[in-house]
Amino acid sequence: MELLNFARGPALQWSLAIFIFGITWRLVGVAVLNWPKELSTPRNGNPLLGALRMMAMRSWPHKEFLPKTWYSEVMGYTFHIGFFAVFLLFVPHIIFIEALTGLSWPGLTERIIYFLSLITLFALVAVLIRRLTHPVLRMLSNFDDYMSWFMTISPIITGLLVTSHVGLGYETLLAIHILNIDLLLLWFPFSKLMHAFFIWSCRGLTGAAFTRKGIPAQ
Amino acid sequence: MSAAITFKPARKPAFRADKQTHLSDQERVDAAITQFLKDTDFVTATYMESCIHCGLCAEVCHFYEQTGDPQYTPIWKLEPFKQVYKREAGPFSFIYKALNLKRKLSSDELAQWQHLLYDSCTVCGRCSMVCPMGIDIATLISKARHGMFQAGLVPEDLWQMAKRAQDEGSPLGVTPEMLKATIQGVEKEYGLNIPLDRDEAEVLLSLSSIDIINYPHALSDIAKVMNQLGYTWTLRSDGYEASNYGLLTDSEAWQKATSQKLINAAIACKATTVVIPECGHGYNAFRWQAANLHGQALPFRILHITELMAEGIRTGKLRVNPVNESVTFHDPCQSARRGGATEAPRTVLAALGVELHEMPTAGDLNWCCGGGGGVMHIQRADELRYQAFEIKMQQVEQSGAEKLYTSCSDCRKNFDDCAEHFDWDKQPNSLLQLVAENLVEA
Ligand code: SF4
Ligand code: SF4
Repeated sequence: MELLNFARGPALQWSLAIFIFGITWRLVGVAVLNWPKELSTPRNGNPLLGALRMMAMRSWPHKEFLPKTWYSEVMGYTFHIGFFAVFLLFVPHIIFIEALTGLSWPGLTERIIYFLSLITLFALVAVLIRRLTHPVLRMLSNFDDYMSWFMTISPIITGLLVTSHVGLGYETLLAIHILNIDLLLLWFPFSKLMHAFFIWSCRGLTGAAFTRKGIPAQ
Repeated sequence: MSAAITFKPARKPAFRADKQTHLSDQERVDAAITQFLKDTDFVTATYMESCIHCGLCAEVCHFYEQTGDPQYTPIWKLEPFKQVYKREAGPFSFIYKALNLKRKLSSDELAQWQHLLYDSCTVCGRCSMVCPMGIDIATLISKARHGMFQAGLVPEDLWQMAKRAQDEGSPLGVTPEMLKATIQGVEKEYGLNIPLDRDEAEVLLSLSSIDIINYPHALSDIAKVMNQLGYTWTLRSDGYEASNYGLLTDSEAWQKATSQKLINAAIACKATTVVIPECGHGYNAFRWQAANLHGQALPFRILHITELMAEGIRTGKLRVNPVNESVTFHDPCQSARRGGATEAPRTVLAALGVELHEMPTAGDLNWCCGGGGGVMHIQRADELRYQAFEIKMQQVEQSGAEKLYTSCSDCRKNFDDCAEHFDWDKQPNSLLQLVAENLVEA
């Protein structure tokens, strides 16, 4: 019980504080840099719409590239959707979030969540195998990539253990699961997981620049 | 002026990097770092922060596609720049530095990247179209090259051409006297009037040295088109060079100097339009970058000759006879994917009524011919360039078209050279010439 209280008490509070402070620091640290001015005469397109268009359309792969990119795209989509579905639609999670924020919404049955967790697990293992075996990915990968992978997969594993009541007692498993989330929150601002934020500014900037030039923002 | 150093990179056999100027190794590193930091703005930093190491950019780059060599992964070409950004400028740079999580840039690393940033990148921007994060990788490559130029680490043959352009006003030694002589020759041969040094003209026309030396026909073609369009137009001996080798070496100062001559000439003759000939990188340099380097918006519009022709067709000023040919069109990366003028050639081809067979991947996602970004001028990169060109050959063949057209003389030169290398029977033709030869007589 002590461990559980620690996990969902001070540990969670501190990780949340670092999570929020770290994210703000990293976003502001980039935003305060010089914003380049564009002096060339733009074409007719609206850069703001271009930014929004790129934010939406880059999620939709070009069919010309698909023969080369489908595996990464499919696995990427699977684990992202799976992870967020399990995180946001598992009833105990919703109750936990409600206790923290007062917000609540309907969830999915435990059976469906279990199934989604397994699929997410499978997709995450598949991307790891690819990262370890594909020459390009092996060369590009650094500690951040592997650590972020671990931080993403471990809550799924500990979550499955909690719901399956395997091994240690329920409370200990739950405490480990929550500690796991605490670690994820701590790691997030310093890692590539920040792409959850940067993806929007990055796509937006390129979309606006492309539209100025008359290049389709997609 | 230049020397070479040999070193042993971690993953590859030794590569001899060219060096310019007399800087010490440490001074080169410092110069590169200073320039990288100068180029680090909000956009660059956002790109640097965003990469998720997914590797997809490799899958669409012709150099990786053809070699399977992971070092040609587009984002990997930026590793030194990224390293400096993370260690010196990023929001957590103090952590990276204190814990030495990102190593200090070394002169060997920097020199090794000369091969990746110049020999094996045409700055074609295809990688920028696939990145799921939306990172414009090609823009970062140009910025990284700024640092390489400042460090005096540019392939020597490319650097020599850019230096010549800087010193003599043309990478191929086309002086104002030579221009005058060429104009006189073309006027005589084709019975054309080619105005030079007018004090006032609606349109200032520019030329590319490659055209003047390799495709002299281009001058008569462009004059015929200009004459039919009916604008008052001129060439100016104080500003005529459209190709920009400052851009190809990524020297901002040299790039600016080249652009500035055209800007001054246009202002001097009160032109409202400056026309760039069939030169992809010249178009990108002038249309999208000249104003920024100049420091203020330009008082005229800038059109690629293909855009001018498309406009003439739309307004009815340019009338062409139908052409019964089966053709395919190679989109020059710098005017199409990087410049936004992808539709114009298709408007022109439609007006000509040709039977257009697009390549399997055409338009903004086309495969680069492999010679852009200065690669064509780097002799040691020839083998790599030929490998990249094989994709283009397949694409052209797969289109099933009988004739091949494009609107960039750099691309044409690369096609010519590669066609000779492979003993390939397809010739790259000029879209401008096709129009000029099929104008409706007034
Ligand atoms: S710009 Fe073109 S050549 Fe350069 S890395 Fe990207 S795809 Fe490859
Ligand atoms: S495609 Fe984009 S995110 Fe993926 S490795 Fe290349 S630059 Fe990074």
